[in-house]
Amino acid sequence: MQTHIKDRIEIVIEAPVLERMLNLIRKAGVTGYTVLPAMAGAGSGGEWSEDSTFTEAQRMVVVLCITDPSRTDAVLEPVFRLLSRHIGIVTVGKVEVIRGERF
Amino acid sequence: MDALSLAGQTLLSPMVLFFVLGLAAALARSDLTIPEAAAKTISLYLMLAIGFKGGVELSTYGLDATLVRTLIAGVALSFMIPVVAFFLLKATSKLPPIEAAAVAAHYGSISIVTFVAGTQMVQSTIGSHEGYLVAVAAAMETPAILTALLLASRYRSKEASDAQSSGTGHSQGELVREVLLNPSVVVLVGAMAIGAITGEQGMTMMKPFIVDPFRGVLCLFLLDMGLIAGRGLRAGGRSLSLPVVLFGLYMPLIGAGLAALCLPFLGLSVGGSTLFLILAASASYIAVPAAMRLALPEARPSVYVTLSLGVTFPFNLTIGLPIYLLLAQAITGG
Repeated sequence: MQTHIKDRIEIVIEAPVLERMLNLIRKAGVTGYTVLPAMAGAGSGGEWSEDSTFTEAQRMVVVLCITDPSRTDAVLEPVFRLLSRHIGIVTVGKVEVIRGERF
Repeated sequence: MDALSLAGQTLLSPMVLFFVLGLAAALARSDLTIPEAAAKTISLYLMLAIGFKGGVELSTYGLDATLVRTLIAGVALSFMIPVVAFFLLKATSKLPPIEAAAVAAHYGSISIVTFVAGTQMVQSTIGSHEGYLVAVAAAMETPAILTALLLASRYRSKEASDAQSSGTGHSQGELVREVLLNPSVVVLVGAMAIGAITGEQGMTMMKPFIVDPFRGVLCLFLLDMGLIAGRGLRAGGRSLSLPVVLFGLYMPLIGAGLAALCLPFLGLSVGGSTLFLILAASASYIAVPAAMRLALPEARPSVYVTLSLGVTFPFNLTIGLPIYLLLAQAITGG
């Protein structure tokens, strides 16, 4: 089966900033994404879990999007500007998709 | 009622005991949890119930000068308390100024759960209060955030401010809109409007849902609050220095003291006065932390959430509430 090489961008970000992040990636031309809840984790700020927080201020979410490599830099630039002041992790990896025209 | 029996009655109420149960379970590393979706639903139920009851009361008694005066005093306190809190933190702790401003915002805003617990204490001791004070609670949620932003702006480099606004594409006005429309304010104010429109007839229809189960649901919610406060203390307790912990204990008393100065001019009943002091003494842990993550991301949530939820909330629930009632009685002569 023929597949197409795309970039898979994974952004772990604090929940209060999610809406702003989604606006930025939409503006950068990403037409599809998935948001997943994170249950617990640890980083430079220490450990957290959703059981130990009442407010979304301390929760994290994961944004997944797949985009054409030609658009990746345009997505990453505003994402990096936002994340420079917030807690978060961004990774980019190559993936193969079946319906390449959709990304 | 003397101070000792009042303190005993408060400390041995089911609400406080369920909170202590949750706190102890979390500190003992129990796996007890209340699912997040259930906790959110319970929180919305409490807002809806207290907002609706306040609205019905508003429809019965109407808008009067006392309410207007109390609203103005409440908003003024919410603007002013963060300034006092900020300079106290700067003088007594080593918190960076922006973190001090973020903490200060929490103390100018309010905790609706402390307010709800206060209404239960007032009902079981004095018996009555102005139900429309819930409108004052809603009005006091936001002004403190604006004060904190002003305080922080004095210490923030221009580069940091520019980086944030260019990074997010959002203005401070957008932030205020997000805070004003946070779920608790929308449900509280919306339910109050519905209560005011439907009045006593609406209350007759809603009573089996919002009056009879209220205390049981509140106990379940406080069990969850205890669990979260305990786990927050375990995870974030190391972020709090002794001066900051002490601040979490004396700042509610200062907030209540500032509100007490307003009482002679407001004309509230003893119950209403007690609740007004409770509003000024309580610290936010829902609306303000989310706003601070957006506006002052340099400030650590492990400091301000742990302090507000793990130190000030338990203090107010157990020791603070009877103190505020006694203070209100002393001032109003009730």
